[in-house]
Amino acid sequence: MLLATIAFYLFSGVLIAAALMVVSARNPVHSVLFLILAFFNAAALFVLLGAEFLAMVLVVVYVGAVAVLFLFVVMMLDIDFVELRQGFLNYVPVGLTIGLVLLAELVILGSAWAVAPAASAGYAHPTPEGVTNTEALGRILYTNYVHVFQGAGMVLLVAMIGAIVLTLRHREGVKRQNVRTQVGRRRAEAVELPKVRPGEGL
Amino acid sequence: MAEIGLSHYLIVAATLFTIGIFGIFLNRKNVIIILMSVELILLAVNINLVAFSSFLGDLTGQVFALLVLTVAAAEAAIGLAILVVYFRNRGSIAVEDVNTMRG
Repeated sequence: MLLATIAFYLFSGVLIAAALMVVSARNPVHSVLFLILAFFNAAALFVLLGAEFLAMVLVVVYVGAVAVLFLFVVMMLDIDFVELRQGFLNYVPVGLTIGLVLLAELVILGSAWAVAPAASAGYAHPTPEGVTNTEALGRILYTNYVHVFQGAGMVLLVAMIGAIVLTLRHREGVKRQNVRTQVGRRRAEAVELPKVRPGEGL
Repeated sequence: MAEIGLSHYLIVAATLFTIGIFGIFLNRKNVIIILMSVELILLAVNINLVAFSSFLGDLTGQVFALLVLTVAAAEAAIGLAILVVYFRNRGSIAVEDVNTMRG
């Protein structure tokens, strides 16, 4: 049990430090890399909580897709980050004030509440015994929550199409392949056989 | 050292949430960092959901966490696409004074 305690403090400490670096790093590329570190530590916390499937999804989806997407955008856009940091310190007092008030409220709330004894009777899907987390999650995800699951798929599809539509553009003056004209080309307009006289050339 | 309980995880999630809010205030001009702060906030929400699910023994929280993860991924994709279009039109991503859409 001691090992789990040490692991919790280690992972949550690194998580919070990485999150602080995300919002305060000078270079946005470093921010993205710290974001990846934060996601890895959150995944480790999920493993400690016994949610292995979500931990793996977090690593695959967030680190593999979202963070790489951020990295691509940060590196592709030619942005003057020095100019964006103008007035950075002006916002520290108000942000710190609001953040501390919010944190105090949340900590007071989080450390002073209790579960009603009768609440466990109303659980929708109690964790089954002797079944791995992935299997237990799959059993309810594909039966009770199948419509929600399909809705999540639709959300992803709409997001994908939306992102493509937003970023698609047709620039003028760029040579592009036109399949229709390629296929519609006839021999008569593409090949000719001129009569070449000796000694004259074309 | 005391046993790690639900409150420990809730406090970690609360701290993460606050750092996300703080990041939004701190980087008012840089929309990329704002999007990352939103990701941190959603991560804090996920930690809360999974902690409750684990300590109360109800799997529904993990299903919800999965859905939050989906929506967060979609939000990041759309947000970054809007950012790319905005940069193409304006040549900058300073969002402090985005008022061209005001009527």
